[in-house]
Amino acid sequence: MSDNFLEIKNVTCGYPGGFTLNSLNLNLQKGAFAGIIGRNGSGKTTLFKCITGDIKLNAGSVKLDGTSLSGLTLKERARRIATVPQFVETGQITVREHVLMGRVPWLRRFSFSYNKTDNETAEKFINLTGLTKLSDKPLTAISGGELQLSAIASALTQEPSLLLLDEPTAHLDIHYQAMIMDMLYRLNRAEKLTVLMIIHDLNLAGEYCDYLALMKDGKICADGTPEEVLSSRNIRNAFGADVLITPHPVTGRPVILRNPGNGPEQQTINDSKPGSVKLSHHGN
Amino acid sequence: MKSTLMLSMSALLLVLSSLFSLVIGEVSFSLADVPSILSDPSSMEHGILTHIRIPRTMLAMAIGGSLSLCGVILQGIYRNPLVEPYTLGISGGAAVGVTLAIVTGLALKGIPLSFFGFAGALVTIFLVYSLSIRNNRMSTGKMLLIGVMISFISSSVVMLLMSLTNAEQLHGIIFWTMGSLNETDNTIVFTLLGVSVVMLGVTILFAVPLNAMRLGETKARHLGINTSVIIRILFIITSLMTGSCIAVAGIIGFVGLIMPHFSRLIIGTDYRVLLPSAFLNGAIFLIWCDILARIIISPNELPIGVITGIFGGITFIIILSSRRVKPRLA
Repeated sequence: MSDNFLEIKNVTCGYPGGFTLNSLNLNLQKGAFAGIIGRNGSGKTTLFKCITGDIKLNAGSVKLDGTSLSGLTLKERARRIATVPQFVETGQITVREHVLMGRVPWLRRFSFSYNKTDNETAEKFINLTGLTKLSDKPLTAISGGELQLSAIASALTQEPSLLLLDEPTAHLDIHYQAMIMDMLYRLNRAEKLTVLMIIHDLNLAGEYCDYLALMKDGKICADGTPEEVLSSRNIRNAFGADVLITPHPVTGRPVILRNPGNGPEQQTINDSKPGSVKLSHHGN
Repeated sequence: MKSTLMLSMSALLLVLSSLFSLVIGEVSFSLADVPSILSDPSSMEHGILTHIRIPRTMLAMAIGGSLSLCGVILQGIYRNPLVEPYTLGISGGAAVGVTLAIVTGLALKGIPLSFFGFAGALVTIFLVYSLSIRNNRMSTGKMLLIGVMISFISSSVVMLLMSLTNAEQLHGIIFWTMGSLNETDNTIVFTLLGVSVVMLGVTILFAVPLNAMRLGETKARHLGINTSVIIRILFIITSLMTGSCIAVAGIIGFVGLIMPHFSRLIIGTDYRVLLPSAFLNGAIFLIWCDILARIIISPNELPIGVITGIFGGITFIIILSSRRVKPRLA
């Protein structure tokens, strides 16, 4: 399809003598809310680095909205793609300064100060992320969840068309997990912002994402809707973990439960009977 | 604005310190006399002022400012609070150059020692730069280690040369390594001051990239900053500045390490104000160290490196422990 917003085609890349991605293909539509799942070391972060240009492609291409990313300068890339890293650096800079950093790709060369638009954009996302009261505090004085929000606000201030998040909810409590995912989901729907995240929490992935790509050994071994991807077979294949899949009692989205038993014959949950989950073997 | 106020205060203090430095020393006179002294070329005071005090003060300003500025930039691009201009091995290279010149007798042939110091510095800069670039990318971690190693190798080479030489040459080498602001050639002094002020202006142009690098090199790149180019440019600017300072004044340690930290403590980490603040504070610091070096055992003089180390080090420890603050980079 040619109307793919993000088109990763036959990408092969990697570190010398180390890990590689092998002819990987991935397509995202504009406005997708997509997740990459897979074991540690399956190539999720390497895939991100291909998109951000942190590593060079040995073969293949990455296109965003029809433009090949390898032909763009770092600045042009930064105006299209924003990242929220897994570990956000802290320091003595205030939340406002941190968020304003997102305007750096839009500054003119050798320019020193942010203009009215820059400040207004930053202010808008500070308010949106609920950081208004904290905006003059240094990053060292706020909590981990607030730091993550600040990093997201900064990435949004970049006004990208593609937002990449590396495990945005890792290390966060359930309040922040839900808050951040809800906020990203709202932005995704309201502003048509395409979101691609690496996510380890399969339940959050199943709940929010409309598209999932499951990675194994540098390849995507399954992709599609959460219902398609999050099958016990796929998860056993990719993670080597034995799980039960059951629809969420309220949303009907797939919920993953670890199977405390060992044998695959114990996986008796029937996908055709939503809500009627029996976990008789649980708690021994 | 707090930072503007701090900068103005530093600038004012620099002016006052310079004026004080002009009138105090073995022969002191009052500030009110300065205009009349300057208009009377025949007086002894005129000679002291124009040939000793003014060049010395200007040199302290240029070298203190430059080393502090280089330190703040290098700590920023290496994201390491222990880096100073000399960490990159430039001082070691310069010392080898000077020592070789003294030992081989080249120094007696009318070529100034600073020339050999600068040549030694250039060789080191080239070595560190070319050894730390691989796949067209500069590895900052590697560069730091190579610099440290070159420092060690250089000091061993200097010791080797010193062990092979006679007492008179030995004295020359030691004297040079201790650092001194006795540069009587006004052209050199004013050139160095001019260059350092211009370089301050040039590096301020890189304030936004430096600010972005506070969040890590990767994040800065994702904000559209071509970090590998920026790091290279800043490395070349700072190492050439450091090389020039060493060539003119020898090795004056500590300014480039503690004044950046001191400046961050008082003005924060925004490089748009941090760079000028580091420059001004470094200049003020070295002017005062020079004043102390001149008056403590007057009419004799202490090596300035002794003052910067003892006075600067102790002051910094006191500030650091009394305010319960951590040295921060970002």
